[in-house]
Amino acid sequence: MKPAPFDYFTPATLDEALALLAEHGADAKPLAGGQSLIPAMNFRLARPAALVDLNRVGELSYIRSERDGRGGGATAIGAMTRQRAVERSELVARAAPLLAEAMPSIAHPQIRNRGTVGGSIAHADPSAELPAVMLALEARFRARSATGERSVPASEFFKGLLETALQPGELLVEIAVPPLLPRSGTAFLELARRHGDYALVGVAAVVTLDARGRCTAARITFLSVGDGPVLATEAGKTLAGQALSEELLRAAADAAATRDVDPPSDIHASAAYRRQLVAVLTRRALARAFERAEGNPS
Amino acid sequence: MRRSEDARLLTGRALFVDDVRLDGMLHVAFLRSQHAHARLTSVDASAARGRPGVVAVYTAADLGDYWRPGPLLVPPPPIAGLVFNPCTQVPLAKDKVRHVGEAVAMVVAESRYLAEDALDDIVVEAEPLPAVVDLEAALAPGTPRVHEHLPSNLAAHAVQRKGDYARAKARAHAIIKRRFRYDRGASAAIENRAVAAHWDQRAEELTVWDTTQAPIPIRNGLAQLLGLLESQVRVVAPYVGGGFGPKIMMFYPEEVLVPWAAMRLGRPVKWTEDRQENFFATTQERGQIHDAELAVAKDGTVLGVKDVFLHDTGAYDPYGLTVPINSQCTLLGPYDIPSYESEFTAVFTNKTIVTPVRGAGRQHGVFVIERLLDFAARELGIDRAEIRRRNLLRPDQFPFNNDILFQDSAPLTYDSGDYEPALDAALKAIDYGRFVREEQPRLRAAGRHVGIGVVCYVEGTGIGPYEGARVTVEPSGRVRLATGVGTQGQGHFTVFAQIVAEVLGVDAGEVHVVTGDTREFHWGTGTFASRGAVVAGSACHAAAVAVRAKVLDLASRELEAAAADLVLDGGRVHVRGDPGGGLALGALALKANPLRGAVRPGTEPGLEATAYFGPDRGSTANGVHAMVVEVDPETAQVEIKRYVVVHDCGRVINPMIVEGQIHGGVAHGIGNAFYEQLVYDEEGQLLNASFMDYLLPTATDVPNVETTHRETPSPLNPVGAKGVGEAGAIPTGALFAQAVEDALADTGVEIREIPLSPNRLFELMQEAR
Ligand SMILES: Cc1cc2nc3c(=O)[nH]c(=O)nc-3n(C[C@H](O)[C@H](O)[C@H](O)COP(=O)(O)OP(=O)(O)OC[C@H]3O[C@@H](n4cnc5c(N)ncnc54)[C@H](O)[C@@H]3O)c2cc1C
Repeated sequence: MKPAPFDYFTPATLDEALALLAEHGADAKPLAGGQSLIPAMNFRLARPAALVDLNRVGELSYIRSERDGRGGGATAIGAMTRQRAVERSELVARAAPLLAEAMPSIAHPQIRNRGTVGGSIAHADPSAELPAVMLALEARFRARSATGERSVPASEFFKGLLETALQPGELLVEIAVPPLLPRSGTAFLELARRHGDYALVGVAAVVTLDARGRCTAARITFLSVGDGPVLATEAGKTLAGQALSEELLRAAADAAATRDVDPPSDIHASAAYRRQLVAVLTRRALARAFERAEGNPS
Repeated sequence: MRRSEDARLLTGRALFVDDVRLDGMLHVAFLRSQHAHARLTSVDASAARGRPGVVAVYTAADLGDYWRPGPLLVPPPPIAGLVFNPCTQVPLAKDKVRHVGEAVAMVVAESRYLAEDALDDIVVEAEPLPAVVDLEAALAPGTPRVHEHLPSNLAAHAVQRKGDYARAKARAHAIIKRRFRYDRGASAAIENRAVAAHWDQRAEELTVWDTTQAPIPIRNGLAQLLGLLESQVRVVAPYVGGGFGPKIMMFYPEEVLVPWAAMRLGRPVKWTEDRQENFFATTQERGQIHDAELAVAKDGTVLGVKDVFLHDTGAYDPYGLTVPINSQCTLLGPYDIPSYESEFTAVFTNKTIVTPVRGAGRQHGVFVIERLLDFAARELGIDRAEIRRRNLLRPDQFPFNNDILFQDSAPLTYDSGDYEPALDAALKAIDYGRFVREEQPRLRAAGRHVGIGVVCYVEGTGIGPYEGARVTVEPSGRVRLATGVGTQGQGHFTVFAQIVAEVLGVDAGEVHVVTGDTREFHWGTGTFASRGAVVAGSACHAAAVAVRAKVLDLASRELEAAAADLVLDGGRVHVRGDPGGGLALGALALKANPLRGAVRPGTEPGLEATAYFGPDRGSTANGVHAMVVEVDPETAQVEIKRYVVVHDCGRVINPMIVEGQIHGGVAHGIGNAFYEQLVYDEEGQLLNASFMDYLLPTATDVPNVETTHRETPSPLNPVGAKGVGEAGAIPTGALFAQAVEDALADTGVEIREIPLSPNRLFELMQEAR
């Protein structure tokens, strides 16, 4: 379990990092917290010829509120921000409670101390929490290369198993989480074999209600049920214009389990069991999100 | 008393094999088979040999005469009609590979990194053969054979009988019959295996550091293999991070190859197993399939048991029949079972070798009898605790002979025990009556799925052949104790010191213990079968008693007092009633080894003695575990609410260490019941060879274990001890099944297998609908 030989670079600035990546092309990989990349290298599943270590690039580590002139700005998170910092951020707890609620489910504190937000999103593991949460929150990802910069919405970013819209030479530099609308409530729930394991199934839910408690918008996403984060459009439709009831929750859960997901079987969970968990977790998460939305008039 | 070894362990000052770093040391990586079953046509290492940094590459062909199959470590007991086909492991595969991970070539290089790089350069040509994976299919006619010189994949077949089961069956009110599957797992010690070897040209001495549980047999075997005197080989098993059984396999390929390479190359060589290798190359315990029936009278009295089972022994069977015989014997439990017919077939498969892992097959047997009793209780309308009580052995039945042979070839005889009070204590501790009458109905009415379980077990422990110890009083007054068994974290340093300290009247902190170094002590076998405290502890006791006699003899002359009037206390010997007087032990030690004057005829210099202890047979510990669980039937998640252990390991030398052993065992047991499973596919590939997917219970998954000790001393040894190392892990699977089934009573689920998982429970609930 020792990695194959590789070159190792330690740029101090983003520009240097981008230049190195441009120079070494597809054979180079950025190294963030190393919590996914290093194990893959030790198993020799990944054999990058060069690592460009981003850990000295201080400018990529921050959490701040962007003013957009209308009061409620997006929360911007630098790609190299440690997962633990997000977990502990008061700003995140206030502006993006869904994200805050999901953070403790990512691995263990030791791993979150090293692991970064950008690394998790760029890695795009279908069982990772952050991609599903970002898809539910309609986050935008800023990507930069030696030649330019672009912004990609979460809905266009995740392309499949461990695949994203990032091109070789391109770095994810920032994640922008838009503010929640008034009367919105969110909830995150997952079931894992042991605390800290990748989830068997996880669900992130965002619901927005009108003044009479009817659902005007709902975004429900899942992890561990497909090649990447899965948006439950059918379950979302079931909720449109409806007020909370036990039947509504069951209908949404049923739509999610039978129409939105086509989960895989693996040694920890069969597809049938995953469907069951999708239904149960959807029901429980939506109940919580509705309740929180009602408690959140502004 | 606290464990004296912990300060060193916790501050990183203890020596582990991987800490051995010597000048010029070389590092090893093994090329391991990717196939479960294949014919090897060629292994070409020439490119690897040419890689910079590579010092040597060996294949089976390069070993010459040194290549030979390992010894049959544990010959089977003399059971009438026994069939046993010994096929032992080889240092490097020749002609054929028989399981994934079997070593094919050995690379020795300047660093482990370079050695692993060179593995890619070795070209192996192999013709894959169909893999033998499924236990039942393995015996079907026409199935490919793991060992082609044998007519089939049958490794062993044994029948043991007691009483007349046919008559019991004819008289029975009911016959409870089921098929059970019990799968165990990897030992998953925190430290993987490691071997380092150094051939000292000038001293002509080979030193081997090895994570083995049996340093002395390894030394003896290596001397023979390498053509050296036993005194030229020193094997050190320093601190070892967990053994649990697999570290007493003999010989692992790495254990014969690393010392050999160190001698050939004239440089120290080290190999440290990584976690991935550990899943393939370190022995495991796995599955059995039992077809069992219980003949029972109307009042729940067990009249007899019949059990026919298959046992997966993996690709080779160097450990003989220890595991299936433990299953066979432990099934009888603490119960008075007048007739028993047990037949097993051990089967070769293309999987890693099976040898004992904490519990060593006992789990499987306990699961079968305990589940049968549960089903019988339900069918007869008897309470689960009550059916057990009605069948427990009574105190006046000891010693109790079960009329079949145990793994040590001695008759399965329980030395002593007091079972019913242990059951009562467990029922009381978990408040069984109130839970069943009040709490469970109340919670069930509120829609909660709570269940309770209670199971009993015995554990045959502390078997022979023997261990030894040497006790020496130094002129400083400190006492040295050396014994041959290795230590893997159990607390030997503390317990052995306590035993000696008590006999010599010194503070336990004054007793300096050395274990597992053949230069210090070279007679003995090793750490296995929960025997450290029982067998080695008794040897320490015997050696201390002999030193005490020397102390008294010399002191009675020096103090001019009768030995009977002398007291050993506080590191001194004095005349009774004169605690301030007398002599310090250190002063006596000086007098016993005079610089002037002679040692008198018939005496020896110094205050030192060596003694041995070999019990006629093992002592039988027992216990009762009880647990309360809650299950979420929607998600099939299980939460353990309470876990109670009542345990009787005879005399408790150190309660904290006994509890630690039990807690660790319960953690292993919970892992076995609900988390750990080695998942093989049809090709014999292990699908979860990492801690990402092989799930060990973590601190948050193991409940607080509430322990009660009972002490029924064993008459078989002077300390009165019985083993405790494996106990915690033994009944947990059976208990888990019972409690979860009780929690899900309204679903009609019947649990006849371990391990479970939420996924499997969900499937069982679906099937029951
Ligand atoms: C035991 C264990 C349990 C875990 N459990 C979970 C879990 O439950 N949930 C979960 O979500 N994760 C889990 N993880 C993964 C962990 O969250 C990782 O931190 C995360 O997946 C990757 O982040 P990283 O910063 O460590 O990235 P790295 O491992 O350094 O990199 C991961 C990949 O992303 C690329 N990359 C990194 N940063 C960038 C960037 N800015 N731009 C472009 N590409 C980039 C790298 O080149 C690499 O390919 C677990 C990890 C371990 C070891």
